[in-house]
Amino acid sequence: MEVSAEDSPVAVAGLEHWFGQGEARKQALFDVNLRLVRGTLTVLVGPSGSGKTTVLTLIGALRAIQKGSVHLLGRELARAHADELVRRRREIGFIFQAHNLHDSLTAEQNVRLGIEVHGAAATARGREAARHLLDHLGLATRVDYLPANLSGGQKQRVAVARALVGNPPVVLADEPTAALDREAGLHVVQLLKRLGTERGTTTLMVTHDPRILDLADRIVRMEDGRIVAEGSIQ
Amino acid sequence: MTALLERLLGRLPLGWLQLIHRPPRFAAALAGVAFANILVFMQLGFLGALIESIALPYRAMEADIVIAASDTNTLADSSPLPRQRMYEALAVPGVASATPLYYAKLDWKQPDGTIRTLDVFGVDPERPSLSPLRGNAALDTLKRADHALIDNRTRNAPPGLFAAIDAGQPYTFEAKNRTINIAGTIAIGGGFAADGYLVVSDQTFLRLFQQRAAGAPNYILVRTEAGVPPQRVVAALESVLPADDAAPRTLADTIARDQRFQTTQRPVGMVFGFGIVIGALVGGIIVYQVLSSDVADHIREYATLKAVGYDDSYFLGIIVEEAAILAAFGFVPGLLVALGLYTFVSAQTALPLTMTFARALALCTGTMAMCVLSGFVATRRLARADPAELF
Ligand SMILES: Nc1ncnc2c1ncn2[C@@H]1O[C@H](COP(=O)(O)OP(=O)(O)OP(=O)(O)O)[C@@H](O)[C@H]1O
Ligand SMILES: [Mg+2]
Repeated sequence: MEVSAEDSPVAVAGLEHWFGQGEARKQALFDVNLRLVRGTLTVLVGPSGSGKTTVLTLIGALRAIQKGSVHLLGRELARAHADELVRRRREIGFIFQAHNLHDSLTAEQNVRLGIEVHGAAATARGREAARHLLDHLGLATRVDYLPANLSGGQKQRVAVARALVGNPPVVLADEPTAALDREAGLHVVQLLKRLGTERGTTTLMVTHDPRILDLADRIVRMEDGRIVAEGSIQ
Repeated sequence: MTALLERLLGRLPLGWLQLIHRPPRFAAALAGVAFANILVFMQLGFLGALIESIALPYRAMEADIVIAASDTNTLADSSPLPRQRMYEALAVPGVASATPLYYAKLDWKQPDGTIRTLDVFGVDPERPSLSPLRGNAALDTLKRADHALIDNRTRNAPPGLFAAIDAGQPYTFEAKNRTINIAGTIAIGGGFAADGYLVVSDQTFLRLFQQRAAGAPNYILVRTEAGVPPQRVVAALESVLPADDAAPRTLADTIARDQRFQTTQRPVGMVFGFGIVIGALVGGIIVYQVLSSDVADHIREYATLKAVGYDDSYFLGIIVEEAAILAAFGFVPGLLVALGLYTFVSAQTALPLTMTFARALALCTGTMAMCVLSGFVATRRLARADPAELF
């Protein structure tokens, strides 16, 4: 299959996945096919246990691919060595449900962890990049605060900044707005959309938040480990 | 400090920031490392003092070669050997002189009833083969019966006594039903087995220790002719002297042999060696505890960093950073306390506890190695940080 990284930063084909061993072995994904268009926001919906998170972890190189293929920025993830998988994660910004900030680091230092992984040159401009992004997310007065002194929504915004500070071409988010209040949640999604237009950032997000569904370029629905419906909102 | 480390490491000093974020735990860890250092420093100090104090009496001997009974292990456990061996030795080419040296232990009962143990050397006053006797003003008085010179470094002697003796004040004490007159002082220094030394003439020695025979000294001190290697003379002596009762060795060999025996065969030496192992283990376990609980407490954060794309070498770097900080910051107070204790213990016991640069450097290196090793072990827990579980 010819995959152009330019049009389709993420191309999933025939993806299947199993959990457990022996008797307990259970198939979680069945022949999942999905192409994300560069610069768009795609929302993944579906009932609990339908396999949304599993798809995200496979695209994000957090799990080894068992069957099928995932092209991330034009390069195959299947059969990649474990070290290779770790390196490929640097192309992705992850936004988790829990913020998982280091309690010993300030907001700015937490964000810098997201950029220092890219090497010395990135590290050198890490402080400035972190402050700039935090400022953008409405945390200008909180850059030197420890997580203990931030509200839940503020912590989540710091985690968003950590995911985006390295300018990842692909962003994967699993229910990121659960901990955000209405305004902040919309603000984050608007930022992601703007990054899509300005930089071509491609976002895949799991959410049931109706406000975000309204902003999505495309909605993909999963059930029982399969993609069952697709719709684009235009 | 944070800025300095940041420049040094070329990244955010996450290990340092994590350590200082919990001051009580950090302080406890440093105290633990310092304690382990103090423990090892004290053991090394005592071991060093033991080794040094063993050498002190030998260094007082004016000898290139020491002939002792062949079953001798330490200065104090030498059996007498026939004086005949001295004459046999004198006939060996390369031997310039040979003098007998008698050795025994004597209790010095002090006015307050306490007892000090003295190592007694009996020398020929015409040919005193102990270097502290050279040019000693009181040397001649040794020729008089029951006169002696006492080691002015003897442990726990009455305060001011030696100064008074040097000033000419008479001092006597009773031992073996005789009155011993102290005519002056010399400097040798006590060890673990004895508190100090007493030097008498061979005649006085035989009067004090009546079971000892005149023709049987403990040691024969040999000087070699200038330019002749002592090792070669030892070989010549070995071929002449009967191996089953006399063993000639260079002075250096004699000292090394005694030190080796007392540090490896005697409980006292082994206890110190054991203490060093315990100290190293205590330090290593404390550091491991701190680092592995640090990993366990931050397992989700480490998993997040794995998702960000940090590889194992990064995590290893963080743990080694923490280990190195604990080692460095724990070592310094440990060294300072140990220096204080060395001074205190030396003053209290008159044992030669001295800090050497080599010892401090060795322990600094050892602490660093132990901490980093513990860090390596602690990183195994990182395997449990699975970024796929974060969603
Ligand atoms: N680590 C795991 N071990 C075993 N089974 C798992 C594991 N992770 C997921 N599964 C199973 O795989 C299936 C898909 O799970 P997944 O987490 O992808 O669903 P989801 O759509 O994200 O659900 P939710 O909306 O509740 O987050 C479920 O049946 C789940 O029980
Ligand atoms: Mg899920």
